[in-house]
Amino acid sequence: MISPSQVEVDRDKGNFHYETDYSFDAGVGLSEDVIRYISEVKNEDPWVLDFRLKAYETFLKKPMPTHWATEDLKNIDFDIIRYYLAKGQQPSRTWDEVPDDVKNTFERLGIPEQERKFLAGVEAQFDSEAAYSRMKEDLEKEGVIFVGSTEGLKEHPEIFRKWFGKVIPTSDNKFSALNSAVFSGGSFIYIPPGVKLAQPLQAYFRINAENFGQFERTLIIADEGSEVMYMEGCTAPKFETSTLHSAVVELVALKGAKIQYVTVQNWSNNVFNLVTKRALAQEEAEVRWIDCNIGSRLTMKYPGVILRGRKARGEVVSIALANDGQHQDTGAKMVHAADETTSNVVSKSISIGEGRSSYRGLVQMPGHLKGCKNNTECDALLINSNSQTDTYPAITVQGDANSVQHEASVSKVSAEQIFYMQQRGLGEAEAMSLCVNGFVNDLIREFPMEYSVELKRLIDLEMEGSVG
Amino acid sequence: MNSLKIANLQASIEDKSILHGLTLEIPKGEVHAIMGPNGSGKSTLAKVLSGHPDYEVTGGSADLDGENLLGLEPDEISKLGLFLAFQYPMEVPGVSIANFIRAARNSRLDEGEKVKAVDFYKELYEHMDELGMDRKFTSRSLNDGFSGGEKKRCEILQMSMLNPKYCILDETDSGLDIDALRIVSDGVNRMRNPDRGILVITHYQRLLEYIIPDFVHVMVEGKIVRTGGKELALELEERGYDWIKQEAVA
Repeated sequence: MISPSQVEVDRDKGNFHYETDYSFDAGVGLSEDVIRYISEVKNEDPWVLDFRLKAYETFLKKPMPTHWATEDLKNIDFDIIRYYLAKGQQPSRTWDEVPDDVKNTFERLGIPEQERKFLAGVEAQFDSEAAYSRMKEDLEKEGVIFVGSTEGLKEHPEIFRKWFGKVIPTSDNKFSALNSAVFSGGSFIYIPPGVKLAQPLQAYFRINAENFGQFERTLIIADEGSEVMYMEGCTAPKFETSTLHSAVVELVALKGAKIQYVTVQNWSNNVFNLVTKRALAQEEAEVRWIDCNIGSRLTMKYPGVILRGRKARGEVVSIALANDGQHQDTGAKMVHAADETTSNVVSKSISIGEGRSSYRGLVQMPGHLKGCKNNTECDALLINSNSQTDTYPAITVQGDANSVQHEASVSKVSAEQIFYMQQRGLGEAEAMSLCVNGFVNDLIREFPMEYSVELKRLIDLEMEGSVG
Repeated sequence: MNSLKIANLQASIEDKSILHGLTLEIPKGEVHAIMGPNGSGKSTLAKVLSGHPDYEVTGGSADLDGENLLGLEPDEISKLGLFLAFQYPMEVPGVSIANFIRAARNSRLDEGEKVKAVDFYKELYEHMDELGMDRKFTSRSLNDGFSGGEKKRCEILQMSMLNPKYCILDETDSGLDIDALRIVSDGVNRMRNPDRGILVITHYQRLLEYIIPDFVHVMVEGKIVRTGGKELALELEERGYDWIKQEAVA
């Protein structure tokens, strides 16, 4: 267990930058040549290049989703982004082998320390590629695979190719197509049948370069009866120009498997964070997305679970905090595709200053299914009178053998609450923090201990200066 | 120096004048009661002394042991030693009673210092036992879904834990049945001591049967119009407020 002083992370923690030389640089802007360059550097099999080129065509054809999403998307200039930057090293197995500038970055972020304390395996990605990747040896012996996307597709195609791009097709949306064209890095994980990991695996995504686009690709396959918890964190320095992070994350939970996927998103406020995350849950499998979005300029993320097998369970637990200049557009998708499947969505958002948070939820239950249940709760807390929140639920339930429950609330921290707490001696900012922490308290408990401590601190820091 | 001293206090809210030159001194060791008809400004007095941001002080002074209270932030006033038991305690979902009181206690320490958990809980449980509160209460969200009686007990619990120099109890009897009233009053009476001044604001004489005041003041239209001993409360109970209002106008 870790005490607060050991997990020293705050909103400014990632705001630093070391000058770095890159051996491989795909240049500025996107073209077929850039994609061929990336594929060549990675020494990929031809089918992967084909996959990329087709995805690029799809990307070009797809319009921006501004007919339903924010106009801010139009401010992404695809022509000034750098799509691939790497030092050309294989991921190191020890921190000593990691180049100094990169190692210093991760040390400053506390990653090696966390690894020693409570992780079963770590992958640390710096711009396009992983700089470090290591898993405890006993897990390797049990057949657990924890590698990057390039290695996963090259070394273990018999395991990963079957599901790659199947949970989230390339054409799902413009940004899943973009990711499919230029993906690099991310985690490919396979947990053999019956193997239950006692400690989490963690990936840390770091953007270091300006005008950079990070497009990691993650695929986790939990075989029958296995269990895994995966955690990801992310930071970037704050540049004047915008940065794009567009990941695709696919989870496959086979019969009776359990996957928990925990995210603490703490990008700097110049990052467009447009991520597609979806899971497939087979019979009696369970997938939980535990998601916290604190950073970024715009986040659009709606983790989903396709409940394909009988009695599969899906859950999304999500906290979003939108401060000045931020829009957290988050939600959940639950697609019921078998009898007796259950899903649960609990979303809490906090809007501070001129921050805006949106909830978009999709629940589908076709009429031929029986015994399906969904419960959705989404609560919004507004701190200031100019804070904003909106909710867009889309629920399609057919037949009469299923049940759906949707609850939503909006509340505001009242001046009387703050006065009451101040009367007991708490400062105004502290009182506000306590109210906000109280609001999300039940969800913070869902995060692993090491993260919940950090989250409380992050929230306290966000609340400073939000009053008055 | 050893008193809560209010002189010629004038205050308004949204340009509506409520306190019109109120003078009152509560020395340590004494219990004073303010009675008065609805709308006379009793609760306003409590809020102005606590630094509520909605009220504007337009004249006069208020000093706690010689320190000027007017213009201070509510938390600064609290830390000087003034406690207000609210008529309507606010609900704060998700914040447990124990954590809240601990945060309040920590706010009184130097930066970086914290109360020791073991000592804190020992003290908290003692006070809860005295107030007949189940220990499960510590983990409940502050006032969230509490009955009227539970809220008032929780106010007295906080008052006991924060050890204030001066306590103001604003209509603490409202919404209490006889049993709860007795428990809450016992809690207040336990806090009577030579180092503490207590001001009880109430509309009814009933509370003063349990918390026997040294002095009773009658407030009408933002001023103290009459002061007497505890028998004045009985007189008000019998005769109502009209005769005093008439005298005040005359």
